[in-house]
Amino acid sequence: MFEKITHRLVDLRDWADERFPVMEFWQAHLSKYYAPKNFNFWYYFGSLAMLVLVIQILTGIFLTMNYKPTAGTAFASVEYIMRDVNWGWLIRYMHSTGASFFFVVIYLHMFRALLYGSYRGPRELLWLFGMFLFVLLMAEAFMGYLLPWGQMSFWGAQVIISLFGAIPYIGDDLSLWIRGDYVVADATLNRFFAFHVIAVPLLLIGLVMFHLIALHSVGSNNPDGIEIKKLKDENGVPLDGIPFHPYYTVKDIVGVVAFLMVFATVIFYAPEMGGWFLEKDNFVPADPLKTPEHIAPLWYFTPFYAILRAVPDKFLGVVAMGAAIVMLFLLPWLDRSPVKSIRYRGIWFKSALTVFVVSFIGLAYLGTVPATPVATLFSRVFSILYFAFFLLMPFYSRWDKTKPVPERVTVK
Amino acid sequence: MRPLILVMFFVVFLPVQVLASGGNLKLDAANIQLDDREAIKRGAKLFVNYCLNCHSASLMRYSRIGQDLEMSNEELGNQLIKTGAKVGDLMRVSIAPQDAKRWFGTAVPDLSVIARARGVDWLYTYLRSFYRDDSRPWGVNNTVFKDVGMPHVLWELQGLQEPIIETHKDAEGNETEVITGFKLIQKGKLDPAEYDATVHDLVTFLAYLSEPSKLQRLALGKWVLLFLAVFFVLVYLLKKEYWRDVH
Repeated sequence: MFEKITHRLVDLRDWADERFPVMEFWQAHLSKYYAPKNFNFWYYFGSLAMLVLVIQILTGIFLTMNYKPTAGTAFASVEYIMRDVNWGWLIRYMHSTGASFFFVVIYLHMFRALLYGSYRGPRELLWLFGMFLFVLLMAEAFMGYLLPWGQMSFWGAQVIISLFGAIPYIGDDLSLWIRGDYVVADATLNRFFAFHVIAVPLLLIGLVMFHLIALHSVGSNNPDGIEIKKLKDENGVPLDGIPFHPYYTVKDIVGVVAFLMVFATVIFYAPEMGGWFLEKDNFVPADPLKTPEHIAPLWYFTPFYAILRAVPDKFLGVVAMGAAIVMLFLLPWLDRSPVKSIRYRGIWFKSALTVFVVSFIGLAYLGTVPATPVATLFSRVFSILYFAFFLLMPFYSRWDKTKPVPERVTVK
Repeated sequence: MRPLILVMFFVVFLPVQVLASGGNLKLDAANIQLDDREAIKRGAKLFVNYCLNCHSASLMRYSRIGQDLEMSNEELGNQLIKTGAKVGDLMRVSIAPQDAKRWFGTAVPDLSVIARARGVDWLYTYLRSFYRDDSRPWGVNNTVFKDVGMPHVLWELQGLQEPIIETHKDAEGNETEVITGFKLIQKGKLDPAEYDATVHDLVTFLAYLSEPSKLQRLALGKWVLLFLAVFFVLVYLLKKEYWRDVH
């Protein structure tokens, strides 16, 4: 009986395989995709980012069924989801918490690349696709945040869109064109909804595919920052590689369940996260006539917001904020070290990275507080350090005293 | 790498502590217990008697209260519905915005999610901080919300209080008047401790009103986490089994 079913299933697979490259795909990306065997904690976040993307898309679809994207109904429709839609509160909290966790996961994923030089050749394109994904993710989050139509939604969008007004000559017309009105209004909400639920997610999914194709073509980096493809056995299998499936599928599931425990804890016990995931002011419906005392973007934008505010001139501030993101794009060409992984780098890079992490966290904090003179001073210092990490990298990464890199990966 | 993990952990979780301290006003802790259904019920009655004449809660249905507090439609009709509304209706009021503007100088805010916008401590302190001020249209002012348009609706319960004012001198000799407390000048139906308890009930209801699903999420959360914990052990053992042959 059991044998018969198995036989039938194999037949079905073969039938499909003659018409579609099922086995080829399975082998190329899972059962014969060889990943380094020494992945550590930092290597969970790629698959977790994909998990969060799926969570956001699925919960998003269900939210769209009851959300109403007009200025008159948006706020109430969110509360309708929270109260009258069966399990609506859970779907909404998964989505709102998912947004913040997306950034937690992506920042850790990017930090992993910094630690182990994953952006270095031959993975430059892989890194660039990832950076475009990061920019798209920021756009997606920014536009999604307008949809609940609370005070912070409204004024956050108002402030950010007005930044385009700082661009010389075309600024005012450009921001008018983005809003579709003289202030953030119904037209803005409608178009942001269109971008948030269709345009940007489509691009995100497409780019994720590019990101994965690039990854599977060059192969994963690893904590030692060495190429496992250099040493292969007689069958062409990397000596330090293991098939992604089943080894990393079962390992990633452990990561997924651990992640879900943290995720569920926030969803069920702290969905507002003390005002960091859902802000207090966003429980007040948008009011174009009443500016909140303190407007700050959500936490994942605050490092860049702090850089913006650190510059006295508005236009130059916008340029600095853009440059802060462009710097990340340039990493593959700024890093001149003979080694990739922090394990074999010297004191210069390690110190620089520490300074960068402190600056980034410092800026993230400063972006949340009102711009007092002291806060501005610190923002400026941290901004300079942030840029110094990138701009001086060609020098300190080359001068650094590196350690010899092993032939084979090391497993701790 | 350990310190780096710690550092990243702080990026994510430390700021929670920072936000908690905001504003320079000292608020009394409300210490809301949402599992006290009787307090929510008492608060609901206060709410429909004292608040739901001007303030709406137009994102909430009466029937949801009945569902969560295990009240029959009949009980809802007798105890909470004063307007002839049906149990499935939203908790609206018929006050016109232009009337509100004329009477109070401002539109009357909807209270559906007020506890999430203001916080329960703010509400608890605000409702106990009205004091006599003859310069205001309704004869009262509030230390938490200066020159508020709302009259002291609960005054018959609390009575009327006057502020205790202290004069502070700063280093340059400028004098500022600071309200340090209140003294009761006219007794209400309740003594101060009873009044505090009454406001506590009302704020408990407002907290419930702002997120009725909180009752469900707190109840469900532990089961989800328990499931995930058991599942974690299984997948961890599975991983260990597979990885035995990786050297």
